[in-house]
Amino acid sequence: MQRGIVAASAAAALLALSSCAGDGVALEDQSRSLTVWVDDDRQEPVTRAVEQFTADTGVEVEIVLRNYEEIRNDFISQVPTGEGPDITVGANDWLGELALNGVISPIEPGEMTEEMEPVSLEAFTYEGQIWAVPYAIENLALIRNTEMTDVTPETWDEAVEVGEELDADYPILLQMDTEGDPYNMYPMQTSFGAEVFERTEDGSYEPQMAMGGEPGAEFAEWLQTQGEAGVLDTTVTFDIAQEAFANGESPYLISGPWALPEVEHLDVAVEPIPRPGDQEAVPFVGAQGFYISSQTESPLLATELVTDYLASHEAQVSMFEAGGRTPALLSAAEVAAEDPRMDGFAQVGAEGLPMPGIPEMAIVFDYWGVAHAQIVDGRSQDPAVTWEQTVDTIQSQLDD
Amino acid sequence: MTERSPTTEGTAVRQTAGTSHAGYGRGFWVKLAVMAVINAVGVMIILSAAQAQSWGILAGMAVLLVAADWVYFSRRALPLKYILPGFAFLLVYQVFVVLYTAGIAFTNYGTGHIGSQQDAADQLVAQNEQRVEGSESYPVAVVLPEGEDGGLLGEEELGFAVVVDSDVLVGTAEQPLRPAEGAEVDGDQVTSVPGYQVLDREEVLDRQTEIAELRVPFGEDEAEGALLTQDGRTAHVYEQTLVYDEEAETLTHVEDGTVYSPTEEGLFAAEDGTELAVGWRVFVGFDNFVTGIADTQTAGPFFEVLAWTFVFALASVVLTYLVGMFLAIAFQHERLRGRRIYRVLVILPYAFPGFLSALLFAGMLNERFGFINEVLLGGASIPWLTDPWLAKLSVILVNTWLGFPYMFLVCMGALQSIPKDTLEAASIDGAGALRRWWSVTLPMLMVPTAPLLIATFAFNFNNFNLVYMLTGGGPRMEGVEAPVGHTDILITMVFKISGLASGQATDYGLAAAMSLVIFLIVTVIAVISFRRTRSLEEIN
Repeated sequence: MQRGIVAASAAAALLALSSCAGDGVALEDQSRSLTVWVDDDRQEPVTRAVEQFTADTGVEVEIVLRNYEEIRNDFISQVPTGEGPDITVGANDWLGELALNGVISPIEPGEMTEEMEPVSLEAFTYEGQIWAVPYAIENLALIRNTEMTDVTPETWDEAVEVGEELDADYPILLQMDTEGDPYNMYPMQTSFGAEVFERTEDGSYEPQMAMGGEPGAEFAEWLQTQGEAGVLDTTVTFDIAQEAFANGESPYLISGPWALPEVEHLDVAVEPIPRPGDQEAVPFVGAQGFYISSQTESPLLATELVTDYLASHEAQVSMFEAGGRTPALLSAAEVAAEDPRMDGFAQVGAEGLPMPGIPEMAIVFDYWGVAHAQIVDGRSQDPAVTWEQTVDTIQSQLDD
Repeated sequence: MTERSPTTEGTAVRQTAGTSHAGYGRGFWVKLAVMAVINAVGVMIILSAAQAQSWGILAGMAVLLVAADWVYFSRRALPLKYILPGFAFLLVYQVFVVLYTAGIAFTNYGTGHIGSQQDAADQLVAQNEQRVEGSESYPVAVVLPEGEDGGLLGEEELGFAVVVDSDVLVGTAEQPLRPAEGAEVDGDQVTSVPGYQVLDREEVLDRQTEIAELRVPFGEDEAEGALLTQDGRTAHVYEQTLVYDEEAETLTHVEDGTVYSPTEEGLFAAEDGTELAVGWRVFVGFDNFVTGIADTQTAGPFFEVLAWTFVFALASVVLTYLVGMFLAIAFQHERLRGRRIYRVLVILPYAFPGFLSALLFAGMLNERFGFINEVLLGGASIPWLTDPWLAKLSVILVNTWLGFPYMFLVCMGALQSIPKDTLEAASIDGAGALRRWWSVTLPMLMVPTAPLLIATFAFNFNNFNLVYMLTGGGPRMEGVEAPVGHTDILITMVFKISGLASGQATDYGLAAAMSLVIFLIVTVIAVISFRRTRSLEEIN
């Protein structure tokens, strides 16, 4: 009987081995293929750009469709294990965290410095190096329903006045949330001179709060008055603001190019954001680009694909057509600017401040909007004090 | 019986096989086939584990596989034949997960501490390599020095050949650039160098990892920088600002000579305390547990959240149970018409995915635009989700809505097992409806349902979906440094303070430590409750 066991096990093992012989354990030649992570919007244009690359070089490129929200964390956790892609799309505000985790490599921009919108390269600069090839920039602007009014407001109060004269449901729409929406509120804040971080001479951000002090206090007071007047409201979220504007319930909406598909049926103009304070209302400019993994097995090919193909005029134009964001490549941006609305966004963006890419930015976001919401909701006794406390809390977190 | 036909002999043999070699029947071959598949899968896992160099998984899988083969081919392991599959899944899906989490809980795994020390050093060196300002870019040829025997074994150091001021320079990692005699040039591109083979594009791509890491010093002096290429076509001059000493495991700053040594926190730090950004994973003992529970920043909210988690889980169990039981008893009433329709309607909330219902409720409870305020309450503006107490109430009520159909189903089944004569006897004794419920129905229902109540408690203790989708943990606690809200339960709080929610610097170590704490709490509660339910069984 013992022999029976041995024989049976041997047979089982043999079967086992033969059945997995086909899988093969030989290492694939990974240096001749590339994997690129893209999201929905980028899938088609990237596929097109890549076909050209494959035709020219004979290198197969696998395009993997990912959820945009998941890319950041998955890229960070998978690259160190060798499972990550060679290239991924990403936003510039991930930059600091990706670099801190050592999962991306700097890119030598070469001639790109002259061909790309400067603010897009600035957005991808960290510790003196450029870390991604930008393909699009996006920012807020004022979207005006030209059927409702001809007035381009210079100041916030002017806009509110126009809206009230029209007896619109909302004089002007600026989305918030119960926990605030600091990205959308930022132009208001900058018009009071309360920028989020200190900046060095070359324009890069430092983890030092700059939104406190007198400008911050003025901004906080303004938030309170607007909350009391009902012009700002934390229940007016993205969806509600978009829908109200699309239904003609307000002449003005402060939003980005992502709002345009919803208002195709309206005749709109895109103009600078009206300022509530004394200075210009300057929005953040976010950039999207392609990052190269620091652990890629094909560094030369990945660089070639990103710098020569994805940064090409054709690729950037087709990404614009698919995603509706201003291309980072200047020649492609000219094509986009044929649409006056896109030109409007680009004009405002050219004056904008790059969205901070330093890792500390995420900490700021944890507290920032909540303070906005608290003041607008009237839950704060003294807005200036609430604001200063928030700034202190963030600063102490940054110093940890 | 001396005359035996071949047939009877065959039968006899088969019979012996059937008794003493129980395995050789048809069942045996089915078993062999199944075990072959299991072995195939196991061997495949072992091979891929070997390829990925995960020795732990390899060893675990090998042990499991050998155990499975022994158990199913030995006749002495009958009880194990039944236990092994369950035991194997328990090991893989429970024990391994808990141990893995525990392993992470004692490290600083998180943003800035992802890889190994070597990775961190490599990355720091690479990140601090800067292109020399205003330097030119050179079309580069990748070259391979020809060996003495003229052979190209690929063992030699690769090098670069470039044209600088119309001179051809060639060099390798060891050998700084120096003029090469008799080289041929096409424009700016070197096409051949005596003593070297110029690699074509295919060969370059074959060795691209090596080439991307290759730095060819410009001169003997380190300060002159080195040539690097990112695409294999163009090279630029770079300067290193940090140099790694592999033996001493230190990084040295080239210009000011500062030495950064590895610290216990998994970072390179100079003597004056300046730290370099990229770190690596190290063992940190109980630090994460201390941070999570006793740190001044999170301690206040931690205990508040812990208390609320208990209240939430307990209230959810009690309310869903009471509502479900009430409906089950009511629908049992024979005089009620259309019971079937009611039953189907009542089960409906259970049929929708929980997170969807939670999202719907979040919309309906909106202060200004929500259905409940706008329509049901005639335009009231009740801050259902933004006032701390109302938000807590909303969370519990919505969870009751989501949970009662389950209790309804369970109770409906269990009610069938209560003997009618017991209830009749009680009413003959003069007990009213409430009394009968309290003294007969409830205790008898508790017997079969108590374990389910414990499971429901454990489930709600970690009911991430509901809280996250309905309130996101908000409204935010004021005057607290941690970004925690009034309706946050432990698991959503962990999600937030470890940075998983906001894309903030993530701290997997802290998240794992807190998850372990939750695991322990739930385990202790479950053990205690199961002990206590045993006393219930005496009722039967």
